[in-house]
Amino acid sequence: MGVLLDFALLAFLATTALAVVRTTNLFAAVMLAGIYSLLSAGLFTVMDAVDVAFTEAAVGAGISTVLLLATLALVGSKVKTPQLRITDISAKVPLRRPIFPLVVVLVTGGILIYGTLDMPSYGNPENPIHQHVAPRYLEDSAHEIGVPNVVTSVLASYRGFDTFGETTVVFTALVGVMILLSAMRRKDRFGEERWGEENVPTLYGGFVTKFRLDQDGRMKAAPEDRDGEGGGT
Amino acid sequence: MSDQVILRVATKIIVPTILLYALYVQFHGDFGPGGGFQAGVIFAAAFILYALVFGLRRTHNVLPTWVVRACASIGVLIYGGVGLLTVALGGAFLDYNVLAHDPVHGQHYGILLVELGVMTTVFGVMVAIFYFFAARGRQDL
Repeated sequence: MGVLLDFALLAFLATTALAVVRTTNLFAAVMLAGIYSLLSAGLFTVMDAVDVAFTEAAVGAGISTVLLLATLALVGSKVKTPQLRITDISAKVPLRRPIFPLVVVLVTGGILIYGTLDMPSYGNPENPIHQHVAPRYLEDSAHEIGVPNVVTSVLASYRGFDTFGETTVVFTALVGVMILLSAMRRKDRFGEERWGEENVPTLYGGFVTKFRLDQDGRMKAAPEDRDGEGGGT
Repeated sequence: MSDQVILRVATKIIVPTILLYALYVQFHGDFGPGGGFQAGVIFAAAFILYALVFGLRRTHNVLPTWVVRACASIGVLIYGGVGLLTVALGGAFLDYNVLAHDPVHGQHYGILLVELGVMTTVFGVMVAIFYFFAARGRQDL
């Protein structure tokens, strides 16, 4: 029964992944990504990793779907198809079918699968990962920490320093988002917040700032590049 | 979406339940699946649902941006503060045994505080990121 469930969930996972890649409707892609996360959560539950499944369902299927939808509200839900120019059609450019990337992907995948052949089988109690610190945690957690859920005692107590690092990473992510998204908001001299032009990334990895602050603190659009070094912004 | 009566009524019923469930996940994490991270995300999800249905402006009235930003930092400070407290009480960093007379009780207090810190940070970060995404390019907020 468990094996059947595994196969069904994995088949659904693969199908959903293919559908995400194939679809051109970004709204459908976001929804499918949420379904993908929910299916992974189901798979984790079958593997008895309920804490991980919980996180996956809450973060993957919940929050990231909402964030992606918020992004879609700004950028629209259609993939922009490149416009063919008349010259391209008249020259009858043959449809390129790049073979080399496919070969690279196949070879890499083959090597990875070959690598997994040497790995110990899943769930075997003789595996190195079950022989290192796991027995100590499982045996001593009850009288050292006194918390029934060993995951909590490992996460918060034995590995408390790691969790501190993770919390800091989450905090740092917010700082990064704040810097990126709120750098465009400037207050004018009347104390009202105004939106400026964005910092537009160029092809060369730099940023072209499209606004500047005037002497009295008001924002002015940056003057156009006359020699065209701005690179098509 | 605020003109949809069914959505509004359903949201009003669901949001308190989600908040309560988040607290259950938080404080029941010692006994079952769950913990600070999941509880923070679920707590944030309640406010995000409210914002989706009732709009950002009303959510800002309930939960201003400075509050969520403060939450994000306060959580990390709680976590680090517990670590420094254990050092001050003569243990190693994040060694909860010294927090109470009985080491097991100390571990309980430590885990409770640390999970509280994780929940506060995760809640603040999730809502703040949503605020920043949703308020982008809008003049009326």
